[in-house]
Amino acid sequence: MTTTALIALLSHWRRKPGQLATLIIGLGLATALWTSVQAINAEARASYDEASATLGGGSVLVLTARDGRIPLSRWALLRRDGWAASPIIEGEYAIDGARFLLRGVEPLSGLGNGTAIPEDQAIGLAFLTAPGVLLAAPETAELLRAAPESARSSLPPVRVSAAVPRGEIITDIAVAARLLERGDTVDRILVDTRERTGRTPLTELVPALERNTGSANGEVAQLTGSFHLNLTAFGFLSFAVGLFIVYAAIGLAFEQRRATLRTLRALGTPVSSIIAALIIEALALALLAGAIGVILGYVVASALLPGVAATLRGLYGASVAGELAIRPQWWLSGFAIAVLGALAATALSIRRAATLPLLAAAQPRAWAMASARRFVQQAIAALVLLAVAALIPHFFSGIIAGFAMLAALLFGAALILPPALALALRLIQRLARGPIAEWFLADTRQQLPGLSLALMALMLALATNIGVGTMVSSFRLTFEGWLDQRLAAELYVTTRDETQSAQVHEWLEPRTEAVLPIWSAESEIAGRSGEVFGVVDHATYRDNWPLLIATDTAWDEVAAGNGILVNEQAWRSLGLALGDPVRLGTQPSMTLVGVYTDYGNPNAQAIIGLDALLTRYDSEVSRLRYGLRLPPGDTPALAQALRAEFDLPANGVIDQAQVKAFSMSVFERTFAVTAALNVLTLSVAAFAMFASLATLASMRLPQLAPVWALGLSRASLARLELIRAGVLALMTWLIALPTGLLLAWVLLAVVNVEAFGWRLPIHLFPLDWLILAVLAILAAFIAALLPARALIKRPPREFLQIFAQER
Amino acid sequence: MLLTVDRLEKSYGDGAQRQRVLDGVSLTLAAGESLAITGESGSGKSTLLHLIGLLDTPDAGDIALNGEAISALDEAGRAARRRDTVGLVFQQFNLVPSLTVAGNLALQARLAGKHDPAWIDTLATRLGLSGFLTRYPEQLSGGQQQRVAVGRALAARPTLLLADEPTGNLDEATSADVLELMLELCRDAGTALVMATHSASAADQLSRRAHLTRGRLS
Ligand SMILES: Nc1ncnc2c1ncn2[C@@H]1O[C@H](COP(=O)(O)OP(=O)(O)O)[C@@H](O)[C@H]1O
Ligand SMILES: [Mg+2]
Repeated sequence: MTTTALIALLSHWRRKPGQLATLIIGLGLATALWTSVQAINAEARASYDEASATLGGGSVLVLTARDGRIPLSRWALLRRDGWAASPIIEGEYAIDGARFLLRGVEPLSGLGNGTAIPEDQAIGLAFLTAPGVLLAAPETAELLRAAPESARSSLPPVRVSAAVPRGEIITDIAVAARLLERGDTVDRILVDTRERTGRTPLTELVPALERNTGSANGEVAQLTGSFHLNLTAFGFLSFAVGLFIVYAAIGLAFEQRRATLRTLRALGTPVSSIIAALIIEALALALLAGAIGVILGYVVASALLPGVAATLRGLYGASVAGELAIRPQWWLSGFAIAVLGALAATALSIRRAATLPLLAAAQPRAWAMASARRFVQQAIAALVLLAVAALIPHFFSGIIAGFAMLAALLFGAALILPPALALALRLIQRLARGPIAEWFLADTRQQLPGLSLALMALMLALATNIGVGTMVSSFRLTFEGWLDQRLAAELYVTTRDETQSAQVHEWLEPRTEAVLPIWSAESEIAGRSGEVFGVVDHATYRDNWPLLIATDTAWDEVAAGNGILVNEQAWRSLGLALGDPVRLGTQPSMTLVGVYTDYGNPNAQAIIGLDALLTRYDSEVSRLRYGLRLPPGDTPALAQALRAEFDLPANGVIDQAQVKAFSMSVFERTFAVTAALNVLTLSVAAFAMFASLATLASMRLPQLAPVWALGLSRASLARLELIRAGVLALMTWLIALPTGLLLAWVLLAVVNVEAFGWRLPIHLFPLDWLILAVLAILAAFIAALLPARALIKRPPREFLQIFAQER
Repeated sequence: MLLTVDRLEKSYGDGAQRQRVLDGVSLTLAAGESLAITGESGSGKSTLLHLIGLLDTPDAGDIALNGEAISALDEAGRAARRRDTVGLVFQQFNLVPSLTVAGNLALQARLAGKHDPAWIDTLATRLGLSGFLTRYPEQLSGGQQQRVAVGRALAARPTLLLADEPTGNLDEATSADVLELMLELCRDAGTALVMATHSASAADQLSRRAHLTRGRLS
């Protein structure tokens, strides 16, 4: 029985291969959209993991002993069992009263790119062979060299690396063991579970050791996280759009076969057989379309991935292979959306099939009335969702709450669309004069239920477009502006030690317009560990520094040594207000006169006058870095001269223009990827609309035939169909606009703040919105074109048949 | 008795719009008998046939098919009786547009698990459809489509055929043709027939007739 029902249902597709193709393409495109975003996301995530593994986090397990010391034999045991394990010794090392964090690593077993060994230092033989080397930041290196000969005699030579955090020393594990007198014990063992796993589970092999996943921190993780969050948001949105499309496609497939289903039921097919047939059909379609979608998504993702890879590499130094690995998680998730979407949509069809009246409704108006009730229900559900979205930030915080808010907002906006359109049409209907206009509006209202899912998908696509577009553009504009401000000087110089610093300073004075010291000291800022910078009174700061809020006399007070500026993160987390006292370390407080943006920095930071810095911190001040002002044309020559004259550390001279150009190109690429995904989303939505219109067209003859008989030509009917599609698209855009802007606001001002502590300002791009409106209308026209053409070509005989058949 | 209809009542609508269409309809039908139900348009002929055909449920009264009261049946039971004992022919032919003539002819027999190719062959030949088996409904004339519907309804060898103005959409000559074939096949197969019609001449060809007015049979 089920087989017979299934054959009868499937026979529909053999007769209408176009509709089958539409359904499969729609499902496939939705899957492709989701899959490509997933693929990019998974690839990005994998590379973050690698990047953070380098920092001792991500897929890396950190094994520690409860009493603090792990015998070296444990490491040997792990290695022999096949685990990718690497030991680390870490401890405080004091030389002549100064304290450093000494970290010993084992470079040969080091994970990934090595265990926090800076990339600019090839692990040369010197690192491995006696006496080894110590890698340290210039400031640290200077302190080490300044130590008395007696304290230094036991130390290997120091090599400067600008990439080692200040106050840290990195060396070979044997050297560290000797200096820290550890004997045969280490502090931690890192195990990279992704690289390879051993034969015996860790719980059996080293049961006494505790396992933690080290979490990465620092700027890389922060900015990486921000970008990743954007991608996740996009994935989420594409999922929503895809779901609506799948839903629409399956729902239409049901509508097309309503009569067949009714006949089957009338002939005595039990409901259970029909349900089984519908489920089997949905699964078959989902698997077929899912396979197509996953392949398509792979193609799209590989086309986009080089851009993403470059973006990530450029932005964060996280390296992404330019080639796409086929990861089970994203092709599985591709099939999952196709199957889940199809089943969810089929659930609705099943409900409708089960409650399908066996006798065709006597009055066509009954259907319209039933959908009026549904509009009211939808509107209520939508308002509840929107209210939830509005209330979430008052009661919950955190990133999950942010995403919950996004979900509630989007589904609320999608649900409110059909009732809002119906209401608008009813209002216009009151104003309309003339029989054609009245018929047109009434007919549009009657078509609304059939089109509403496609319109919802279009709305979500448009809102995503506006929301993500606004977010990325705001991101770009903010960062560009911020880089312009923060990197106001043309050249940045880092010196090896204070002697060199003084020489460089003196040498530069006559050759530049200004030498701006970037001197700093580590200090607690209102109880939070951070860094304090001293600045000279110079127009560079007054004109450029990215102040979020400030008093009128901020820079005067900073120059006078009374005022202090803090970064946004410190300001937000400490809840400070202008005029509040800010305590620095154990020193007297200074008055808060301004707050500046400081993206990508997780720690507190403050700026005070240079003299104040020197008097307060004196010997603790690091005096190695400078910003140089000079005519931009002179920078290459000066940079070259500087390098030739002095033995500066690696990356000792940085050209601001290069950094900026590089950052810009990074954002351009991010932009390109986003734009491509946007276009894809929009075309998928347009396709959904086409599918709906094409299907409706075949069922709409009974509505059109009477008007045709009354003297409206097929051409003018077709024209009206086009106008209708355009009008609906425009109205949909009107609702998508506020939704998209809210979406951007939630992403920038809620999710980002929750995730990173800084808030990105929203920049608006009204021209983009107008372009999008035109695109939406265009897409709707294109979607309506084929059905309209088919209408013109339709033989009058078919119109006449309508009258022959009493419905 | 094959069919017993006892004081059947059926109303549509609510409140002020409530309209009592059937107001105590009773009738009986023996196996192999044929009954014409006449009445004006809107008098409730279709409603009565839908109730007998188990497509709808009455407000009051009962129907017994082969001595089995259908009020005792649940949804699945009604579907099973529709499949196995009743054949339906509608005014608008209600063929599955995506199945060929052959597919439509065999549909109900397949559903009922009584697929008998020889019998369907016979039906197709006698209904003059042998040359059209691979065509789709839209490629047939109205009379041909209705003949497919008759064949489909009889393919599972029902004991009762219900026809609701089967010739209402056909011209006179075609009507007579279809009607004759249907009656002949019913007679040969011993299938009882209840047919709704507003044509007196059509009604005359059946063994009994009853007139439906103001919700009652006379
Ligand atoms: N589903 C329905 N809902 C409301 N009224 C109905 C419905 N079906 C039939 N009617 C009404 O019941 C009356 C009888 O209809 P019907 O049985 O179709 O008459 P006939 O077949 O004799 O023309 C008509 O007035 C019709 O309007
Ligand atoms: Mg009728």
